[in-house]
Amino acid sequence: MNLIESVESQYMKSDFPEFGPGDIVRVNTRIREGQKERIQAYEGTVIRRAHGGTRATFTVRRVAFGTGSERTFPLHSPNIESISVVRYGAVRRAKLYYLRDRTGRAARVKERRI
Amino acid sequence: MVNGIIGRKVGMTQVFEEDGKSIPVTVIEAGPCPIVQVKTQERDGYQAVQLGFGARKENKFNSPERGHFAKVDIPPTRVLREFRVKSLDEVSVGDTVDAGLFSEGELVDVTGTSKGHGFTGVVKRYGFKGGRKSHGGEQDLRRTGSIGASATPSRVFKGKRMPGRYGAKRHTVQNLQVIQADAERNLLVVKGAIPGPPNGILLIKKAVKASKGDNTES
Repeated sequence: MNLIESVESQYMKSDFPEFGPGDIVRVNTRIREGQKERIQAYEGTVIRRAHGGTRATFTVRRVAFGTGSERTFPLHSPNIESISVVRYGAVRRAKLYYLRDRTGRAARVKERRI
Repeated sequence: MVNGIIGRKVGMTQVFEEDGKSIPVTVIEAGPCPIVQVKTQERDGYQAVQLGFGARKENKFNSPERGHFAKVDIPPTRVLREFRVKSLDEVSVGDTVDAGLFSEGELVDVTGTSKGHGFTGVVKRYGFKGGRKSHGGEQDLRRTGSIGASATPSRVFKGKRMPGRYGAKRHTVQNLQVIQADAERNLLVVKGAIPGPPNGILLIKKAVKASKGDNTES
């Protein structure tokens, strides 16, 4: 193990489920409002996983009230309280950018049964 | 006490603070550095210690180098650098300086040789604006513009910023915070960027400009 990896490994989390593009996940993030801290959930389809080591991120896309929104989370951030997989998706690409151009029934991802 | 150490830049990454802030850090392989020679006021006219760092094949050293190390019975090292010291009380040849010299939160100055960019124009070298791309200025895109007035002074002032060799110069970045220091792994992690490419040789010293408060905080 080289030195960079050994530094990064101290900051990396392992307490999240395996998930990838196409899966619908629920991300619980810690939000600080003044002194109070609360947990906010964000649920949607994972459209990409990017980078490695402590810099790993993933992007979740959801369509709320007809408006598409995407949020990119740093996977190993302490502000991410937990991640859970709601549904596994069957997709043939690593990056699902094509979902941005689709709406309604066309924007669905087939379910992967396990 | 020796107040510095020799290191090798490994590369950069990011780590998280407790509140979730991600901070850019540079990973340095620092030490172990044996004290190869001690320079004294009486003999050399100044006080310093000579530290060694890094391994290299035995047959790559010439005989004066071998003799220098054989005299003190220390395995030869690739790099030798001197560090001035205020007092020679606690130093003796053969002692080893390691990353344990620094502690978390402390401020350090890091010296390295910046990346060489070769012969560079003024836009890259000094951040000049260059000319405009349109309205008839197409031929002056990356030019310097005027380099001075005409008959008075009839010359170009010394130090005028012009194209030339850029980089590959010794640079020091001051007051970088130590995020982690581990003597066992010869590891030093500092916040921010440092000059030079990965594998570049670095000198890491306790910060010159840090107030006492800064360096006793942790």
